[in-house]
Amino acid sequence: MGKIEVRNLYKIFGNKRQKALEMLKNGYTKQEVLKKNNSTVGVDDASFEVEDGEIFVIMGLSGSGKSTLIRCVNRLIEPTAGSIKVDGQEVLGFDKKELREFREKEFGMVFQNFALLPHRTVLENAMFGLEIQKVEKQQRIKRSKEALNAVGLDGWEDQYPEQLSGGMQQRVGLARALAVDPEILLMDEPFSALDPLIKKEMQSKLLDLYEEMERTILFITHDLDEALKLGDRIAIMKEGKIIQIGDHEEILTEATNDYVENFVEDVNRSRVLTAKDIMTKAIALLYPQDGPRTALHKMKKNNLNSLFVVNKDKKYRGIVYIEDVVDVINNDELEFEDIIKNITKADPEDNLRKLFADIADLNVPLPVTDEDDKLLGIIVKTNVLANLASEGKFDQ
Amino acid sequence: MIKVNNVLQLISTKIPIGNWVEVLVNFLINNFSGPLEGFAGIIEWMVNNFEALLSYFHPLVFILIFAILAWRLKNYKLSIFVALGLGLVFNLQMWDPLLTTLASIITSVVVALIIGIPIGIIKAHSITVDLITRPILDFMQTIPPFVYLIPALMFFGLGTVSGVIATVVFAIAPPIRLTYLGIQQVDDELKEAGHAFGANWWEILMKIELPGAMPSIMMGINQCIMLSLSMVVIAAMIGAGGLGKPVLRSLNVVDIGLGFEAGLGVVIIAMVLDRMFGRE
Repeated sequence: MGKIEVRNLYKIFGNKRQKALEMLKNGYTKQEVLKKNNSTVGVDDASFEVEDGEIFVIMGLSGSGKSTLIRCVNRLIEPTAGSIKVDGQEVLGFDKKELREFREKEFGMVFQNFALLPHRTVLENAMFGLEIQKVEKQQRIKRSKEALNAVGLDGWEDQYPEQLSGGMQQRVGLARALAVDPEILLMDEPFSALDPLIKKEMQSKLLDLYEEMERTILFITHDLDEALKLGDRIAIMKEGKIIQIGDHEEILTEATNDYVENFVEDVNRSRVLTAKDIMTKAIALLYPQDGPRTALHKMKKNNLNSLFVVNKDKKYRGIVYIEDVVDVINNDELEFEDIIKNITKADPEDNLRKLFADIADLNVPLPVTDEDDKLLGIIVKTNVLANLASEGKFDQ
Repeated sequence: MIKVNNVLQLISTKIPIGNWVEVLVNFLINNFSGPLEGFAGIIEWMVNNFEALLSYFHPLVFILIFAILAWRLKNYKLSIFVALGLGLVFNLQMWDPLLTTLASIITSVVVALIIGIPIGIIKAHSITVDLITRPILDFMQTIPPFVYLIPALMFFGLGTVSGVIATVVFAIAPPIRLTYLGIQQVDDELKEAGHAFGANWWEILMKIELPGAMPSIMMGINQCIMLSLSMVVIAAMIGAGGLGKPVLRSLNVVDIGLGFEAGLGVVIIAMVLDRMFGRE
């Protein structure tokens, strides 16, 4: 069972919603419904599932209905038809009071334009959700301060939002959402209003936080780069419909229609890709204190033949292969430390052609490390090939 | 031809709007005298108490308090101005009418805000109330204030209470309008954030909408004070005491000196209140 299950969800704006709904179900398009019935279709038959603990990205251009869809999940916008289940509970069945309580305990939300209260300080803003939950004051302050520390804003508690830069304001927004310790984070284009450098920084911050506290995140963006960097799985929306759901490789290599293909091409055309653009985060990592049995377990669980080893501070150590792990388990003479092997590493600024040369005769993913030898992500072969292929198209 | 004549006759027959209003006013007087008297009683009580409170201090002590208040609220320059201005009024022997005027203005403003701000809040949340109040507010703001002196007089008789009521009617539009405007201007995303964290309507009103609307509401309060002051002389026509009375009397006996002195008092109190409670 998924954490969030959305089934056949529709949202129609206008006075003749039921009529419009019938038309949609009978196969009319969004444009036809608008013309004949004067109703705007926001979401058209969306179904998807978000697993517990994953980052699920919904991507689409403006007007594709993605913001409407995320607002349907916590009923900021009332869906016209369909079903939304969170932890198996039907969200659409709640009355007003139940809905408020549900929003309180289940969700934290981050908004595109930050939505900070201008008359409150950073700390007071971060406390907002806890205040609504009627958490006792000392506790409120303590938890908000922790959240502000987590997003790197310690020392800014008494400033007002207008005194902060855009990136810092969104950190406050993030801290406000994290302070209530939600099961699910809803993020509606949180980084779209930020300039590119700050955006990258915030994406990394979010990934760090995600690693530390393992929450389910529903993330909206119009930026494929961002979707690829953050998402475990990505859903692509167009005109209210979800037209493809998949992980990175599926989205990049198996575009199901022209729309997705254009999207993917557009991304590549914009500039020369480097390692940091196409790397993904490792599904699982090993730490030195993990023994061989843990290693074997993690490999089995994730269907992998090898795992990267990092120190607690994410410093890259090397890779272990499943054959060696089995050897260690069967042979008492061998130490786990001995089987950590070194392979080629990539620099985040390496371009695709260099990466291709590096990865061509490698049977495992390529680790990407920064100057401090910290593991930033991994690159799989299909990813490089897919990007090379689409780059080639534009050389012609 | 006969038909055209009929139509012409119908058009030229006067529609008896005046009669209808009279009937309505009489109906209200005959059937609601109890509540009206109760309301008048409250107003009178407020005016008297404010006046008693203000005249509790010696004028010079009062001036000192105001000057200190001005210094705390704004700056020392204003406090010098306040001291000199109020000192001049005292010197011109207009102190008692000044206090009466001040008491009725405070009462008018308090009543206008107690009624006006909640109406503004409701107006911002209900399209129906918005549509209903809009023409009424236009009407109240544009009709010459002399016109509702008559019903005020009929409901509440000659005196300060009628003056206060007429002033409230005249000055209530800005707090309603500006409260409404302030709440309307609060960013939808902020309200959405409130809902997303599970706030109920009261929490959204108190924690998001009203704080966001505060600058606009403060402007409404300032406007309310200024409009109340502009009613001082008009209210004197139906027997309200204060600085308006000498102005009227000077008009009747063509006493330019007296008229100017009393008028100056109104100007000074207006400037003092505006500078002290207005925004820079």
